[in-house]
Amino acid sequence: MRRVTLIAVPYLWLLALFLVPFLIVLKISLSDTELAIPPYTPTLDFSVGWQGIKDFFAALDLENFEFLTTDDLYWKAYLSSLKIASIATFLTLLVGYPIAYGMANAPDHWRPTLMMLIILPFWTSFLIRVYSWMGILSNEGYLNQFLMSIGLISEPLVILNTNIAVYIGIIYTYLPFMILPIYSALERLDASLLEAAEDLGCSRLTAFWLVTIPLSKNGIIAGCFLVFIPTLGEFVIPSLLGGSKTLMIGKVLWEEFFNNRDWPVASAVAVILLLILIIPIILFQRNEQKQREIDG
Amino acid sequence: MAEKVFEPWNDPNEKPLIQFQNVTKRFGDFTAIDNQSFDIYEQEFFALLGPSGCGKTTLMRMLAGFETPTEGTILLGGQDIAPIPPNKRATNMMFQSYALFPHLNIWENIAFGLKRDRMAKPDIDARVDEMLKLTRLEKFAKRKPHQISGGQRQRVALARALAKAPKLLLLDEPLGALDAKLRQDTQFELMDIQEKTGTTFVIVTHDQEEAMTVASRVAVMDHGQIIQADTPARIYEMPESVYVADFIGDVTIISGTATPNGDSNDITFAEGQPTLRAKSERRFAKGQACHLAIRPEKVAISTDKPANTPNALQGKILDIAYLGNLSTYHVELPNGQIIKSQAANTRRLSARPFTWEDDVWLSWSETAGVLLEG
Repeated sequence: MRRVTLIAVPYLWLLALFLVPFLIVLKISLSDTELAIPPYTPTLDFSVGWQGIKDFFAALDLENFEFLTTDDLYWKAYLSSLKIASIATFLTLLVGYPIAYGMANAPDHWRPTLMMLIILPFWTSFLIRVYSWMGILSNEGYLNQFLMSIGLISEPLVILNTNIAVYIGIIYTYLPFMILPIYSALERLDASLLEAAEDLGCSRLTAFWLVTIPLSKNGIIAGCFLVFIPTLGEFVIPSLLGGSKTLMIGKVLWEEFFNNRDWPVASAVAVILLLILIIPIILFQRNEQKQREIDG
Repeated sequence: MAEKVFEPWNDPNEKPLIQFQNVTKRFGDFTAIDNQSFDIYEQEFFALLGPSGCGKTTLMRMLAGFETPTEGTILLGGQDIAPIPPNKRATNMMFQSYALFPHLNIWENIAFGLKRDRMAKPDIDARVDEMLKLTRLEKFAKRKPHQISGGQRQRVALARALAKAPKLLLLDEPLGALDAKLRQDTQFELMDIQEKTGTTFVIVTHDQEEAMTVASRVAVMDHGQIIQADTPARIYEMPESVYVADFIGDVTIISGTATPNGDSNDITFAEGQPTLRAKSERRFAKGQACHLAIRPEKVAISTDKPANTPNALQGKILDIAYLGNLSTYHVELPNGQIIKSQAANTRRLSARPFTWEDDVWLSWSETAGVLLEG
């Protein structure tokens, strides 16, 4: 009985905070838009009894999903989001791996400090940090001022409102999610494995490729998913740092909800996004499961 | 004609494989190895034995190339190895933790070093199979290290280190992680493999029994110095210092003063106690301080005073350690000195003639003990 109660807690949690909201969104995606509060129809009307429930279900249809296929804006936005998220994840890996490697090889007494520095940005609002990048990257921003003052460039670089700014913003924001799992994999790595590899004829570099990289593989995979999954639906970074040409599904979603007030179409966009994300989420879970089995 | 005894260290014509020449290693202020010179010969099974922190692992890591000497040179086959990085040395190491690659299976682990040498594929296959056979691991080739037992892992580590046919194999506490029974079997297996392959082995251990069992010579170390390097028998029977006598096996140390008397020495060690006699190759001055180190199994214990013995002392049994086949008696003399005596339990325990608090006589011959300078 106690075990059932214990297991019930996370399931109730999931039910209340994930499944119920998802069902509401799914329902809205099957509705029609209307100028009302709430801005969609049908709504469940219990006052007319059984007939009301029947009418309610009769009014639901897949019209909005069909609409998504007719306008190429949507699938272009999905593809563009996938592309941006993939490239950004790869770039974050390139930046994050050396940092994690450095941390794992730092002297023991340095590690808590380095860890603190990685986590420190979370203490400030995410929004403020993204805004401050606008101040750094804009034409009159600190970066251009600095580069011009040392004479490296004569004309300011246009970075803000381009995809480059979006990449910078994503790498900056999601770097800790990449570093921490890789660091934890590298930290557990037995130093004598590298000595053994060297002893058996590897140079330092081949030992890194043949031992360090394969043994941090699970950390790399976990880090990539932790960056890729939230980046795919990212909205704040592309709308603040990206330009009009930056097409990401999170931004489209926002515009449907708040500019067009078309909740049913916006919900349909969200449902498709979730379906796309289910694949990497399942892969991520399987990776974690495998890691636990090896450790276990 | 008897088979030639393997004693290259006594043959002045023999060229050593490894020569340590005035090697010193310091880590900051700490001196790990203090100006050591010694030789290791081809096909030897050389044991570095000592308590933790005595520098034995540092010596081994210098041979592997993971540490470089602060002063002095190490020669391997007459060549200074200081400038050669670990991946280019003709030495291989078996690590204490085994350091098997967890992402590779047993076959790939053993082939790892061979692949680095860009050996041809059929040659690699043949060599790995040979190693698997030598270590009786054929059945486990496709398993991952975490899917086999500790003893099997130990054999994989050995096979991997031997695969490249190194001139010198280094073993860092190779049996430390095994339980007592398995360790004994593995010791004989190690000796067997060492003989079959003819490789020179250097083993680091803190287990004196292990060192005595496997090694052709044992170097007893303390505080960065080799106190004595000799065959197991000589280390045990003829220790050159109280430290070595005390470190290896069980021993009673009696401190006193020596006076030469004919071809032997008289030793007085306490008031009211008879004078002891001990022969020694060392020359002692009259009244020189000395220590008599004597092994418990060389001290006889009896209820009556034995006749015609140069050394006989009476005492009271303080303690008896029953070891099954043997019993060790701790006998206290009237002056408080405790002498250990070991006797085989040839009769049933109930038939033993003496027990706690009994007065007994201890006796030993003139050559039983080792007389050491104080």
